[in-house]
Amino acid sequence: MTNHWIDLQHSDCLLIQGSNCAENHPIAFKWVMKAKERGAKLIHVDPRFTRTSAKADFYAPIRSGTDIAFLGGMIKYIIENEKYFKEYVVNYTNAPFMVNDKFDFNDGLFSGYDPGTRKYDKATWTIKKDDKGIAEKDPTLQNPRCVFQLLKKHYSRYDMDTVSKITGTPVKDLQTVYEMYSATGVPDKAGTMMYALGQTQHTSGVQNIRTMCMIQLLLGNMGICGGGINAMRGEPNVQGSTDFAILSDILPGYLAAPRASLPTLDDYLKKNTPKSSDPRSANWLQNYPKYTVSLLKAWYGDKANKDNDFGYSLVPKLDDGQNCTILNMIDNMYEKKIKGLIVIAQNPACSLPNANKVRPAFTNLDWMVHVNIFDNETSSFWKGPGMDPKKIKTEVFLLPAAASVEKQGSQTNSGRWVQWKYEAAKAPGDCIYTGDIVIRLVSKLKELYKKETGAFPDPIINLTWDYTDDKGRFDPVKVAKTINGYFLEDVTIADKTYKKGECIPSFAMLQADGKTSSGCWISCGSFAQDGTNLMARRKKDDPTGLGLYPQWSWAWPVNRRIIYNRASVDLNGKPYNPKRPLLAWVDGKWVGDVPDGPWPPMSDLEKGKYPFIMKPDGVSSLFGPGLGDGPFPEHYEPLEGPMEKNPLSSQLKNPVMKIFSGPCDLFAGCDPKYPFVMTTYSSTEHWCSGAMTRWQSWLTEAQPQVYVEVSEELAQLRGIKNGDKVKVESARGSLPCVAMVTTRLRPFNCGGQTIHLVGMTYNYGWLFPEDSGDSCNFLTPTAGDANTMTPEYKAFMVNVVKI
Amino acid sequence: MSNGKSILVDTSLCTACRGCQISCKQWNNLPGTKTKQLGTYQNPQDFSSDTWKVVRFAEGKKEDGKPYWYFFTDMCRHCIEPPCMYSIQNFVKDAVVRDESTGAVVYNEKTKTVPFKEVLCPYNIPRQNPKTKVLAKCTMCFDRIKNDMIPGCVKSCPTGAMVFGDREKILEMAKKRVADLKKTYPKAVAINPDEVRVIFIVTDDPKKYWKFAAGG
Repeated sequence: MTNHWIDLQHSDCLLIQGSNCAENHPIAFKWVMKAKERGAKLIHVDPRFTRTSAKADFYAPIRSGTDIAFLGGMIKYIIENEKYFKEYVVNYTNAPFMVNDKFDFNDGLFSGYDPGTRKYDKATWTIKKDDKGIAEKDPTLQNPRCVFQLLKKHYSRYDMDTVSKITGTPVKDLQTVYEMYSATGVPDKAGTMMYALGQTQHTSGVQNIRTMCMIQLLLGNMGICGGGINAMRGEPNVQGSTDFAILSDILPGYLAAPRASLPTLDDYLKKNTPKSSDPRSANWLQNYPKYTVSLLKAWYGDKANKDNDFGYSLVPKLDDGQNCTILNMIDNMYEKKIKGLIVIAQNPACSLPNANKVRPAFTNLDWMVHVNIFDNETSSFWKGPGMDPKKIKTEVFLLPAAASVEKQGSQTNSGRWVQWKYEAAKAPGDCIYTGDIVIRLVSKLKELYKKETGAFPDPIINLTWDYTDDKGRFDPVKVAKTINGYFLEDVTIADKTYKKGECIPSFAMLQADGKTSSGCWISCGSFAQDGTNLMARRKKDDPTGLGLYPQWSWAWPVNRRIIYNRASVDLNGKPYNPKRPLLAWVDGKWVGDVPDGPWPPMSDLEKGKYPFIMKPDGVSSLFGPGLGDGPFPEHYEPLEGPMEKNPLSSQLKNPVMKIFSGPCDLFAGCDPKYPFVMTTYSSTEHWCSGAMTRWQSWLTEAQPQVYVEVSEELAQLRGIKNGDKVKVESARGSLPCVAMVTTRLRPFNCGGQTIHLVGMTYNYGWLFPEDSGDSCNFLTPTAGDANTMTPEYKAFMVNVVKI
Repeated sequence: MSNGKSILVDTSLCTACRGCQISCKQWNNLPGTKTKQLGTYQNPQDFSSDTWKVVRFAEGKKEDGKPYWYFFTDMCRHCIEPPCMYSIQNFVKDAVVRDESTGAVVYNEKTKTVPFKEVLCPYNIPRQNPKTKVLAKCTMCFDRIKNDMIPGCVKSCPTGAMVFGDREKILEMAKKRVADLKKTYPKAVAINPDEVRVIFIVTDDPKKYWKFAAGG
């Protein structure tokens, strides 16, 4: 989230698209209801009418997988009806920037596409710079080659009739949503956009979200109280896990994972440190070397010094083009290239797409270590349906873990609040912290590598591994302090001397010379200089009256509660919205939230800086060349879709997504055998694959068995009655379940073509309860987002028949 | 007797998360019963001696053709003049207690000798344990209230759809809330506020929520 949960109440219009907030974030939804009580309008755009829709002021149906068309139509509406916040757009976005003369877009493809490699050469996706290296601009936004005009041209094709033909949303519903939401494009109104897996789990998932961001920028909703782009994270600490590099392409704090083609630290830093020639751009990430070296110091301590590139050579490197995301991991496992697997707190046998590929892939493993609080379909895969235990060689170790409430440590919520928690109860029996399991495992590895050496022992042997208390147990405070970082020597910064051993109070103090350490730069300041744990704070003071609660826990970065907040003020530092002044420049200093940098407002031509300090140009990107599939989001159909043609171009599917082609990777778009769109999701009553909640009798009482939601029209078509047993089939698998016939789903009229959509939750598995049914992921395809490889769980094709 | 306590259930704020249904079972040590998916989110289908709180789901089409989905977290209304109490007392005088300070209507084991079909309830709340024949229903978490805690269902409600407090205050809240809701939902109404302690606010015809919502 750019903002945070409590801030939702300040919104004037909340657009929930790609989330079923009321069902999947039931507690947090109270802030949505609070906003409504204060007069805000709630819009829900979703393929199904859900418990969220039931509370919305306006509900609009959308065919799953068509969000860019829906939102692209809104961009056209905003621009053509001049609903955008012009001052904000001119000063705080790259709308006035001039684009490379050779940049082009034609029939669904941007310039530089190579159909052979299915990749773009992004050489033309650039901003024109003058001889001083500063972006050329047209503040009138009139030049046909400026970002604004190119944006206008790009989305001019997204007229309401075309959008409706794609999305199946009636034109009058599109009109209502566009009108309601774009009314927030004025200085004293705020609109917030809330999304979750309904946006990410598509082959164009990242671009879905980028389209939302662009709307927020056009309306001046980014960086303000009650605004922002708010990703609702699906687990209590999933934000924390992302911050700490659970993904394979990053190191902690979102630093890039090293590549084999960058053999030295210098190569790595040159490649990843952004440059700006504009003196008014803070270009905050110019500090990349400080964050990288401090991370290496945290990992390798005294073994990291200037002479050995601070241990950079010890860090594993990805080959160029190598992608280690989970779909590829399973693919490699299926191809017998992976021998062992450690699964911590997951149930991939039920939660990953294409279970008919995933479960057989497990049988190729020599060993699997499974750390969990319960047995589940993954640890017991070898005795699951269709498995012959006698023929499976895999040795499975199930290690009993302490549950989250049985552990002390930090938990980071969607709003980036890092909250310290204590053990509510001792873990039963032999259950221990996952931290202890990792401590013991690595300690053993270090011992073995010392004794037996092996191919490359240095990265393991040299690893700093001092994370235990005096009884040899995992010490979460020690880990958290290492993450925050220390001064390793006395350091003097701006006349202030910090002593060796003190905690780093802010990432602004990190050094690139090895004198500081920090296991994750964005976490710097979670401890005060004297070692006070700021994450454990519980003070309810609210000096701004905006619910920022600056002394409740600690938020990254630097306890800033709403990021990009310098975009909430005009060039003189005056709040755009006097009713909700997040920040104001008063008597030579900033008052309110922790500002996005200390510099004065931009009217100070000498010292003022642009507000979007993480971007090299200092402004936000309506034209964003960072992604692999285009600087402007473009609508493509899902990998498996119901449309034979894309009304917007002859490019039917995302041109750069990976297409898997193994024996289990079967796809059937526009195939009469699988005529219905399916989407998958979770329910309030179960948690993810249900591995924790299906053991709980009150919850299985409320949601006992796997079901498929179908419209009355589809039920009639297939002769299905409510509660009938049916079979759902895709090109990859089939699953018996109960039909839930409902008025809450209705067929889509896509330009005269009737498209039916059905939906299932992924909350079930064969292990328990006995009659609950199995995972809907027998049906889902091995397909991922073109940028992140997040699986496309949300849109694919099936058939439903009565059994 | 003071005016006792009341619970306000504002269905316009209810998201049917069913926290109340579960917390009722948790506090009262009631088991999860064996259910089947019958084509609805609602489960269990109805009250039983093991289920004293059920969130009822009702769906249909509005005038504009768009769906509606109403949620009704059904429970004993703890009537001011409880027909069940009077009908049970016809058979066993002390099988029902109306608590002086709260007004909670609480059954005890002596209900087992009461002929169940003679027990009157306009809201169709009481159920009989098929084995022990003891009658069962919500107690308003009378035991929690006595220990300065609010009822379990109210405690678990994330959106503030359920509020517990002194009856006068709750009545006032209900009035104000209905007035507010009427601006958006002209049919908004508090159901029988003068007759019951558990007062439901609905924004449409009560029958669309549940056939016994306003009594049968």
